[in-house]
Amino acid sequence: MKGMTVIVKTVTRWVKVFIFLYGIYIIVTGHLGPGGGFAGGVIIACSYILLTLAYGKDFASRRLSSQTAHRLDSAAAMLFLAIALFGLGSGGIFFSNFLQKRYPMEEFTLFSSGTIPISNIAIGLKVAASLFLIFTILSVFRIVLAADGKRKFVQEEEEE
Amino acid sequence: MGIEVYLLILLVFLIVGALVAVETRNLLSSVISLGAVGFGLSIAFLFLRAPDLAIVKIAVEVVLLIFLIRATIGRDVIPGTGHIHWAGLVIICLLSAGLFVFAYHAFGSMKAFGSPIIADVQSAPSNKYLAEGLGQTGSANIVTAILLDYRAYDTLGEATVLFAAIIGALAVLRGTARSKRGKQK
Amino acid sequence: MVYALCFVLFVVGLYCALTKRNIVKIVIGLTIMEYAVNLFLVLLGYRSDGVAPIVDRTSSPLEFLARSVDPLPQALVVTSIVIGLGVTTLAIALCVRLYEKYGTFDIAEIRRLKG
Repeated sequence: MKGMTVIVKTVTRWVKVFIFLYGIYIIVTGHLGPGGGFAGGVIIACSYILLTLAYGKDFASRRLSSQTAHRLDSAAAMLFLAIALFGLGSGGIFFSNFLQKRYPMEEFTLFSSGTIPISNIAIGLKVAASLFLIFTILSVFRIVLAADGKRKFVQEEEEE
Repeated sequence: MGIEVYLLILLVFLIVGALVAVETRNLLSSVISLGAVGFGLSIAFLFLRAPDLAIVKIAVEVVLLIFLIRATIGRDVIPGTGHIHWAGLVIICLLSAGLFVFAYHAFGSMKAFGSPIIADVQSAPSNKYLAEGLGQTGSANIVTAILLDYRAYDTLGEATVLFAAIIGALAVLRGTARSKRGKQK
Repeated sequence: MVYALCFVLFVVGLYCALTKRNIVKIVIGLTIMEYAVNLFLVLLGYRSDGVAPIVDRTSSPLEFLARSVDPLPQALVVTSIVIGLGVTTLAIALCVRLYEKYGTFDIAEIRRLKG
């Protein structure tokens, strides 16, 4: 998949870092203000989708390949399950907030509310990796006008 | 009553946008109109005092628009076929009339807009979450506390559904690539 | 009145999903139905002159309990929006596969070609 013009590339080079940072901010302060894992994860995926659209698929897959995204996705899901099982182990209840019960921190600060920020990070990573994977594989197909006047799907490159 | 007037105007805008999305023959215009409905819905969530939902809705709407345009339209814009299915139209009119009759009775028996059920039932779980959420979970955002502490099992279910949908989409599209390579050999 | 308009939005989506022949239009109809249902759920939990369910340092707990909107439908709708994204993505993947195999988005044509 080819990239776009030089204006889009220059703007993307400056802006994608801020989008990524904003996504991380929304994930990490999910327990203090509106936001949380889902919104932040989708915004992080948007920053990688912007990179893919502006620079082309080869450049983006060098930054974050399909294999890495698969592994990140599964690792985040297993982290979420691990938090749940630890809660079962130490509190007796599946998904109990065992960190808050053992070490209650001061409210309204960044390191408070136990396992909730960790769960937010796990969910955010999972959603971001999933959406980036889907975009990578959907961007292979485009509908173009072929030589004989009919429309058909072309596949831009071989998929591994 | 100020919020209700704004919500009514916004809902009329959403209905007009949805009608444009449904009736336009040009697929690209239809998808863009769907995007307008989604963003208007995000503003409605802001009016209804749900900032968490507004952020999620905007981000998800942008990603959905990108997927729809990227996957089904590409460089050329496809018109829809203009046939009108008369039998289907008659059936949907009858169905809508029946649904409207039921809806009139149902909405008549609901409480007025703006007085939720938690104001009457003191033992509702929402009252317990609002009163003790900060103390028990330590999180200031009560919606996050519900999603990740009180009802975390539902979030696990949602992560599973998202996982399954993504793997399903990958499986459907991977089969295409492999069959193409097989044919070319 | 607000509920009635939300229901009209749902019926518009239902009409689109039932009568159109282009499969992408059917997916658009399903999405409009999902928007209407999410909006209805959040409308149920609204309190007049309410505040968002986020505690800040300056409000007293009793006042927060008396003025906040219902947080439970909001948590439900966050889950619903993200699941809707996943399901619509799967539907788009199916549309792509159908076009690639039959060459058209028209469902009557696809049924005829399938034989």
